[in-house]
Amino acid sequence: MNKVVANADEAVKDIPDNAVLMLGGFGLCGIPENCIAALIRKGVKGLTCISNNAGVDEFGIGLMLKTKQVKKMISSYVGENAEFERQLLSGELEVELLPQGTLAERIRAGGAGIPLFATPTGYGTEIAEGKETREIGGKMYVFEKWLKADFAIVKAWKGDTLGNLVFKGTARNFNPMMATAGKITIAEVEELVEPGQLDPNMIHTPGIFVNRIFKGTNYEKRIEQRTTNKV
Amino acid sequence: MPLDKFGIAKRIAKELRDGYYVNLGIGIPTLVANYIPAGMDVILQSENGLLGMGPFPVESEVDPDLINAGKQTVTMLKGASLFSSADSFAMIRGGHVDLTVLGAMEVAENGDIANWKIPGKMVKGMGGAMDLVASTDNIIVAMMQTNPKGESKLLPACTLPLTGKHCINRVVTDLGYYEIKDGAFHLIEIAPGVTVDEIKAKTAGKLVVSENLKVMES
Repeated sequence: MNKVVANADEAVKDIPDNAVLMLGGFGLCGIPENCIAALIRKGVKGLTCISNNAGVDEFGIGLMLKTKQVKKMISSYVGENAEFERQLLSGELEVELLPQGTLAERIRAGGAGIPLFATPTGYGTEIAEGKETREIGGKMYVFEKWLKADFAIVKAWKGDTLGNLVFKGTARNFNPMMATAGKITIAEVEELVEPGQLDPNMIHTPGIFVNRIFKGTNYEKRIEQRTTNKV
Repeated sequence: MPLDKFGIAKRIAKELRDGYYVNLGIGIPTLVANYIPAGMDVILQSENGLLGMGPFPVESEVDPDLINAGKQTVTMLKGASLFSSADSFAMIRGGHVDLTVLGAMEVAENGDIANWKIPGKMVKGMGGAMDLVASTDNIIVAMMQTNPKGESKLLPACTLPLTGKHCINRVVTDLGYYEIKDGAFHLIEIAPGVTVDEIKAKTAGKLVVSENLKVMES
């Protein structure tokens, strides 16, 4: 078994135009910076990107919007990006907004082999339009379908060469579910170690879900809202 | 004097109880964290994957891998835990969060809430709001009673696209504390120096003034 690839360019080299991608992260926290840069170098077009947010103008998925590589975004909140707004209003970009918990669960369901589930979220709102609803135990629920991707691209703190992953802080967010829901899952990590160097008790994503792994470089980890106290 | 945003947060903090797990939305709700009574254990949940959220860091503690749902840098208190977005919304949808405080653009006399979209303007998305309001009965809306144009946000029916249906039963505004029941806003407490006439003028939905109307402690 060899899951290790040399770098981001090798990891994304077979991603074709019009692919459906999942990209981990919440805001700019826990995003696969190296793979985003490699996708831009590769110039792949017509992408559908499933990601909680769409980055900011100068970083994250925002960079791929600027190069017009994204056809459609599936997200829960996209308010931090002026280029996104421009492309949406001009009709260049399609967007599907989903409640954050529904987005997370649809991805989880995709990875877990659950094609349909019922959630109270969005009942009676425009999110439920066209979807099956049903009363269960006196409460109304909306049926939601699983989400899957051709390629899931995640970022972890540490990983081993078998693809086992450990996340740090709130950079975990959507990454573990997305790792389960890609036909091919690519993981970029800050530290790549040999099997046995990660404590099996502490592994968040077991290697079975990961197809390719590489050690990323030059992480910028930009902060959107640097908020501090004096003391 | 109507309450300012700090006064609203302070009033909502009186609803906290020892042992509560609480999700605070962006804006006025975030300020509630400043008024947790001393000696009370209240654990803050941030829906991007953190329980036991602490205050903003000092400059030397800033960690780009540790943010809240508003993308602000934060800290963790002792006993904090970290988890995925799916686990986070299992806490929320599963009814494990004891109290949710969030803002709104409109609340209706039947408990409907709208807070995510203004048609014709840029749509930013609902984030976790639809999940939060669909999941628990213990929700408090924190907002100003009128919009910047001076129009009431307590309405007979929401005019904006809904975030949730029949899900709000308490609202705290700059003017008063309301319970929503039986298709009306029941004014339970009034801000100091505010008159019932002003409340009536700024409540477009059905209003019932409690017989035991109290003045809010400020």
